[in-house]
Amino acid sequence: MKSLDEIKVIRDEMAAELLTRDESTEANGTKYRKHVLICGGTGCTSSGSAAIEKALAEELAKNNLTDVQIVKTGCFGLCALGPIMIVYPEGAFYSMVKSEDIAEIVSTHLVEGGQPVARLLYQETVTEDGIKSLNDTAFYSKQHRVALRNCGAINPECIDEYIGKDGYQALAKVLKEMTPEDVIQTILDSGLRGRGGGGFPTGMKWKLARNIVPDADQKYVCCNADEGDPGAFMDRSVLEGDPHVVLEAMAIAGYAIGATQGYIYVRAEYPIAVDRLRIAIAQAREYGVLGKNIFGTGFDFDIDLRLGAGAFVCGEETALMTSIEGNRGEPRPRPPFPAEKGLFGKPTILNNVETYANIPQIILNGAEWFAGMGTEKSKGTKVFALGGKINNTGLVEVPMGTTLRTVVEEIGGGIPNGKKFKAAQTGGPSGGCIAADNIDIPIDYDNLIAIGSMMGSGGLIVMDEDNCMVDIAKFFLEFTVDESCGKCTPCRIGTKRMYEMLDKITKGQATLEDIDKLEELCYYIKANSLCGLGQTAPNPVLSTLKNFREEYIAHVVDKKCPAGVCKDLLQYSIDAEKCIGCGMCARQCPASAISKTDYVAPGHKLPSLAIDTDKCVKCGACMPTCKFKAISKG
Amino acid sequence: MGAKTKKTVPFRGTPEQEAQLRAVIAEHKDEQGALMPVLQKAQDIYGYLPIEVQKIISDEMDIPMEKIYGVVTFYAQFSLFPKGKYNISVCLGTACYVKGSGDLYEKLKEILGIDGGECTEDGKFSLEACRCIGACGLAPVLTINEDVYGRLGVDDLADILAKYE
Repeated sequence: MKSLDEIKVIRDEMAAELLTRDESTEANGTKYRKHVLICGGTGCTSSGSAAIEKALAEELAKNNLTDVQIVKTGCFGLCALGPIMIVYPEGAFYSMVKSEDIAEIVSTHLVEGGQPVARLLYQETVTEDGIKSLNDTAFYSKQHRVALRNCGAINPECIDEYIGKDGYQALAKVLKEMTPEDVIQTILDSGLRGRGGGGFPTGMKWKLARNIVPDADQKYVCCNADEGDPGAFMDRSVLEGDPHVVLEAMAIAGYAIGATQGYIYVRAEYPIAVDRLRIAIAQAREYGVLGKNIFGTGFDFDIDLRLGAGAFVCGEETALMTSIEGNRGEPRPRPPFPAEKGLFGKPTILNNVETYANIPQIILNGAEWFAGMGTEKSKGTKVFALGGKINNTGLVEVPMGTTLRTVVEEIGGGIPNGKKFKAAQTGGPSGGCIAADNIDIPIDYDNLIAIGSMMGSGGLIVMDEDNCMVDIAKFFLEFTVDESCGKCTPCRIGTKRMYEMLDKITKGQATLEDIDKLEELCYYIKANSLCGLGQTAPNPVLSTLKNFREEYIAHVVDKKCPAGVCKDLLQYSIDAEKCIGCGMCARQCPASAISKTDYVAPGHKLPSLAIDTDKCVKCGACMPTCKFKAISKG
Repeated sequence: MGAKTKKTVPFRGTPEQEAQLRAVIAEHKDEQGALMPVLQKAQDIYGYLPIEVQKIISDEMDIPMEKIYGVVTFYAQFSLFPKGKYNISVCLGTACYVKGSGDLYEKLKEILGIDGGECTEDGKFSLEACRCIGACGLAPVLTINEDVYGRLGVDDLADILAKYE
């Protein structure tokens, strides 16, 4: 248990030490000569950052460098270059670090008076006169970090570092200086909208929960950390990199609506996030920023974790609450809305992780500061998980209203192998594809809906010319069929029928009439499903039908897959004029479908080869073997 | 769904496991919504949730069997069948899928001779598809127990499996 004064002492001491990691000032902390930050997020852990941390600790011990601090942080964002290591105060950014390199980094760089090992640095930061700041690179310069401000900057397992970044000051301000109504008004004025996908005004949700049942004996604050969109990892990164921000924001929400208990519903597939949340909750209780009589104000608030068990529908608010209650995670009809009858039948608010991550900053900096960023109806910033066919896979946070082109081409570094941008998928299985002609539209809630997609939670998957849009639509429907809870008929049976029609199209067995039927079914399912999962399930099909109808027609009428993905429609052939008859492809063919012909092309010595399409299993093994690019598919 | 995992595997729970389970139930019994955490810990103890384990939970927590069975079969993470010594999980999240994880999954089925959700006859490997594990920067990704393999092509699979021989 710490008093507010004691916490302020910790803040001042820690903030002074954290100056070492602040590139905007020359001042440095005094406890350590260097801070070495190693990313301990899921991406970098998967690429081996734990081994690097161990090697570094051993090497530092061997060299007796006790004045170098190792800090395991959350995600820096640039996952494609992992494992990542940054050395402060100089801000030297090492990418794709290997354990073998550690000894050299220690002996050349981390020793007293050492210099960075230039060849191991992220090359974009290396300039003729030394190294430039990471903040000046293409990936970071266009970003603006609010929700992610501490991710990759502090040790998420150390509450003192969070406090050093003004942590729990917003909670103190709320409890000491503001009424619950003030808090709600501030959130309303900020224009913050739910970051989980729907975009409902957060302040409105809180206001309803505060007022709708005036005499409620118990209310709940829930956090939706059941990030189920495949390819989305914004919330995980916040939980892994800055868990305390979520706890602080939930306590603020509890004060605002009059709740004393919070639940975080987090995916069990995120073991690192779960661990860090457990540690953070224990530390917050120890410091008395969770628990009874917080800061001596008489306000009680505590938080428990609940683990999901792999059901996408549990990201839907009513299903999530049903799941916390210990049931099958099936949604229930609204109204009554959770603000009136939510968890265990009590008034409840449910916000997403990223929404919460904005709250303390709004309280500290004011509603106007937040409302000063973004577009007219979408304020603040948005975090996107950039993935798919993009050079800089990773986590980015940009002001609302940034164009897709800026995100893909500048921050994302464009598409690998010189391929062309075809579409970006946002909103996961509930969203749609944005085609190339809309690449200059400013991204915000309303614009995305207007072009047939949606913000969603922030997954942004880039596709190039090698991706078949029908196949992508089928992929999402397969997901929806799998994840439909089965409670309502339109979703349970309708999505299955949609999947079957798409399957027929990708196999070249469909007619144009099937496309019309498919479209009609989409509208039925949208109109008649019980919850958001069913209502949005047709979106991937509708948006690809709208933007890439010609691709559907090619599958149906020409029996061809223009992107060369749908196997049943593919034919491999050998260009007899280019083939020199070397036989490399025939040796690789598992079906013995390639044999010699009688034709010898002019200038060649051996007869060319041909593929027997009846025998060919379309595995594609032959293509890479041909040095003369004589084999094509289409 | 394949027949191999549907085979009834005799229940081999030990008294120690049962004592652990009863301790877990005692710890959570009075919490609201305790069933999910209890099932999760029971699966940690036994590796899966056979009917015998569900029965103990039903008796101790005074919850009808059909409700427990309903919850167990609803969530993808709960398994009624034991998994292989090495459980291979291929990420079919969008980011991995557009980078070819579907091909990895098909190739593994071919190499192991089993379908998704099944276990090889020697009990060594089981195969499943999973949704995004969040390592999209390494796409396409698969995991074998706790080990993560990323930036894969189908040609890498044989070498990876060989490590577990």
